[in-house]
Amino acid sequence: MVDFWQIIQNASVELISPTTAAYALAALGLAIHFGFTGLINFGQAGFMAVGAYGFGISTLTFHFPVWAAVLTGIGASIVLALLLGVPTLRLRADYLAIVTIAAAEIFRLVVSTPNAGPITGSADGLSGYKTGFAALNPIPPGTYGFGPFTMNEYDLFLRLVAWTVVILCCLLAWQLMRSPWGRVVKGIREDEDAVRALGKNVYFYKMQSLILGGVFGSLAGIIFILPRAIVPSNFATTLTFFVYTVLLLGGAATILGPVIGSIIFWVTLSAVSGFVARAQEAGWFPGMSSVQAGQTRFIVVGVVLMLIVIFRPQGVFGNKKELAFVK
Amino acid sequence: MSSSAIPKKSGPVKTVDLHVGEIAPGVAKANPIIVADNVTRSFGGLVAVDVAHVEIPRNAITALIGPNGAGKTTFFNLLTGFDKPDSGTWTFSGKSLAGIPSFRVARLGQVRTFQLTKALGLLSVLDNMKLGAKGQKGENMFAALLPWIWRKQEAEVEARAMVLLEKFTLDTKAEDYAASLSGGQRKLLEMARALMSEPTLVMLDEPMAGVNPALTQSLLDHILDLKTQGMTVLFVEHDMQMVRHIADWVIVMAEGRIVAEGPPDVVMVNPAVIDAYLGSHHDQDLGEDPEQEEENVTAIRELLDANDES
Amino acid sequence: MEVTGSTIRAWQRGVILLFVALLAALTFAGGATAAHADEVGGQYPFQFSGNVKNDGKALAGVKISVSGNGYSAEVKTDEKGRWQIGVPSKGSYSVALDESTLPKGIIVVQGSNPIVAEFGKTTDKTVNFFLGVGEKQTTSFGQELIDRIVTGLSFGLLLALAAIGLSLIFGTTGLNNFAHAEMVTFGALATLTLAVDLAWPLWLAILAAIILSAVFGFVLDAGIWAPLRRKGIGLIPAMIVSIGLSLALRYLYQYLYGGSTRQILGSASANIQFGLISISPFNIASMTISVVAVIGIAFFLLRTRLGKATRAVSDNSSLAAASGIDVDRVIRIVWVMGGALAGLSGILFAFYRPGVSWDMGFQILLLIFAAVTLGGLGTAFGALVGSIVVGLFIEVSTLWISPDMKDVGALVILILVLLVRPQGILGRKERVG
Repeated sequence: MVDFWQIIQNASVELISPTTAAYALAALGLAIHFGFTGLINFGQAGFMAVGAYGFGISTLTFHFPVWAAVLTGIGASIVLALLLGVPTLRLRADYLAIVTIAAAEIFRLVVSTPNAGPITGSADGLSGYKTGFAALNPIPPGTYGFGPFTMNEYDLFLRLVAWTVVILCCLLAWQLMRSPWGRVVKGIREDEDAVRALGKNVYFYKMQSLILGGVFGSLAGIIFILPRAIVPSNFATTLTFFVYTVLLLGGAATILGPVIGSIIFWVTLSAVSGFVARAQEAGWFPGMSSVQAGQTRFIVVGVVLMLIVIFRPQGVFGNKKELAFVK
Repeated sequence: MSSSAIPKKSGPVKTVDLHVGEIAPGVAKANPIIVADNVTRSFGGLVAVDVAHVEIPRNAITALIGPNGAGKTTFFNLLTGFDKPDSGTWTFSGKSLAGIPSFRVARLGQVRTFQLTKALGLLSVLDNMKLGAKGQKGENMFAALLPWIWRKQEAEVEARAMVLLEKFTLDTKAEDYAASLSGGQRKLLEMARALMSEPTLVMLDEPMAGVNPALTQSLLDHILDLKTQGMTVLFVEHDMQMVRHIADWVIVMAEGRIVAEGPPDVVMVNPAVIDAYLGSHHDQDLGEDPEQEEENVTAIRELLDANDES
Repeated sequence: MEVTGSTIRAWQRGVILLFVALLAALTFAGGATAAHADEVGGQYPFQFSGNVKNDGKALAGVKISVSGNGYSAEVKTDEKGRWQIGVPSKGSYSVALDESTLPKGIIVVQGSNPIVAEFGKTTDKTVNFFLGVGEKQTTSFGQELIDRIVTGLSFGLLLALAAIGLSLIFGTTGLNNFAHAEMVTFGALATLTLAVDLAWPLWLAILAAIILSAVFGFVLDAGIWAPLRRKGIGLIPAMIVSIGLSLALRYLYQYLYGGSTRQILGSASANIQFGLISISPFNIASMTISVVAVIGIAFFLLRTRLGKATRAVSDNSSLAAASGIDVDRVIRIVWVMGGALAGLSGILFAFYRPGVSWDMGFQILLLIFAAVTLGGLGTAFGALVGSIVVGLFIEVSTLWISPDMKDVGALVILILVLLVRPQGILGRKERVG
């Protein structure tokens, strides 16, 4: 029989998991890019990777303390944003899309190559960078939480830090968007020429937006790798499209959307794939193997993304009247 | 018989004596705000603009007219920095503008509107207006995070915006999305928004296009008001009635060149201008004033009566 | 001619149903059973296996060894040429064939021994070597260069087939079709199922696969894109829909066909010598087919009425509609053609790699986009030029950079060209005002 209670418990863990927080932050970055400024960034996985590798490499190869490693990750994403922005922000939106995907893939291929092994760990990636972060943990060793939320002191610390960062970034983004700066950016989203005619340096604002969203992406990347290892195949284009699913689910031009979208996404995905896996074991799907059960989650994500965009492009929290990309 | 027996309709006060010397294309102006030299722009093999010399008079309303494809909008785009010329230089209040990007041109006091209205529909009317103000501290990314730096200025901007909105009778719509306004209201919004930056030169690209006749008078009055407030206006138009009614000076373009310029009455009867229009729009009304015709008919009748009597 | 109404016509519905039925039949036939082979390490959860054949003939007694992650083992192929080696952990292993155990006069195709293999989402992985008649010889740089140019041209041409389809779809509908990758994979998967699992003759399987791919394009437009266009969907939402579709289809393929790479043909034939140039028969066939297809497309676009209508719709669809062109019909035909071309591209790619896998189309999607952008968005001829540039660059660059980085070269070229000439090689500069 299928243990529904177990499925629900497993799914609820995702409510506060650091992966959920990482996706929320990455989606917030995309909200700034795509939702508020109208920049089509298909390389958010690249910003996450750059943040992750920046943190990992500076910790492992250069023995930076945690705060310096985080700054390195952030710095790397600023450099990436400049490299991408300078050639493409003056061109049509399509070009930014292609260039960002290309850049993210180039980065992934370069770190995966065997020659880069000593620094990047090639295809196997990096691990062992968490000690510095763990050392900052003020929580005494022990078991915390209850039921499905039982965890050790590292996990608790990680979650507290991750969600604090998410909340701080949300506040930052919220304050920016309700300021005159946010007004200019929203205008750019709709019609650049009109905003130019009013005396605003559109290129400069787009660059600032790209950098800001990219920094959020790199912070998300760092949070993403703290509970696991840095593996380049995790930062493929599929990651970017998952983040877009989270963003559109919650509401592309909102602050709360990315966070709630991430939570809904991960809880639901865990529940659905947990159900399919258990049901398959219990023999409910005769033609399906256990491996195939694991693959259904991706098919579901793809279909869900299509349905959201077709039937409710504003997502859960969005306002259809404010959607710039739905013409 | 004197013509004072026929009442003349009072119209706007025209500014005269704008030019210095013979009236001809490229004539110098007493107080020019823009002086342009050798401006050319080609697309592929087609010459869109080829202006040898032109000066736009300050504190007056100048109309830029010409048949379709004459290069008016292209010339407009070049002057405002929305397009790059192949050659040419021009100055704005003595400051050279060639090669300056459009946003900087706007900051120097030259503001433009677009043929297809660019009211930002996804923002509220009030937000549209506030966007127009210059020098806002809150538009700096770092200052934006510290609201106390820009809050006072924002309140001032909002107050100014509401005054302008009231003038354009859009104040009741301040909180609505600009997309919910009618076409004519959006035109008014675009003009009001342009005024937020307190410009010296207002350039209007076909302000009457797509506006229903009921709103035309209102728009005309607003444009005349700009002159009263000391601004210079340059507008592109097809509507000859409007041009004759409010323009102090008319510049006629055809096939990229300036074929004539001068006060409206002079230009309208200029054979070169008639040629330019008849060549491509032979059935278009050149703006014959029915009242003038009435006067002419009456005068001839009087003449015939007088002849009869003698 | 009236525009197709909001209901799908009966015959179109029939085609869609027939297609779905065929697809279902193919998936049930798609399960290949694992064969028993000479094996070692059967107690381990992860298994490498393979089949050593030359020209259809099984080779027995060939020694295969696997090493990596602190483990090594070797085994000899059985009388059917099959072998299986179990390994204790997931990871990357080096699989080598001892060429001294091959019959005299037969060697492994240069560059493909040993093979670095790892497990995807499954616990079984097939590793096959390409054998051919010949002797190991060292080649000169000149020979290498010519080799690479030929390979690059061959790859560029098969890429062009997919790129032209993508470019035509973009030109007529404005859609950046991310699911084009899965249309490419579809052709290869269909050929695999028909030729290998159902044992049809190869030529028949390929022909049928191309037709099925065309039908696939038709079904996609009729079922998804035309209704969305009628709804008035914007270009960016449409692009995201194609991304979701791409994701769903790709994992559906993985669901149906598994994570491993399978082969359509078991071995490679020797190269044919043309004076200084030595070309494999595959490359010759591939380039010929590609060129014939491209010429066919060119003829269609330039000479036929429908082709001119297609170009008109690409240029300005509302004007085309106002001139009496049935825009929906033109777009439907573009999707059918695009589907067939993508399928053919996938088939050629399956012989090129060699191998058929669930994500093979996705692997080259970025290259296809790069080719289209490089050549100039919206021009079919530009897509051709861009593809050849990409193909040549990818292959020739391996003379200097490591093969796993070859995609990087193409992507860097893309970014550089966009910097210097944003409209691409053949694109037209857009007016601002």
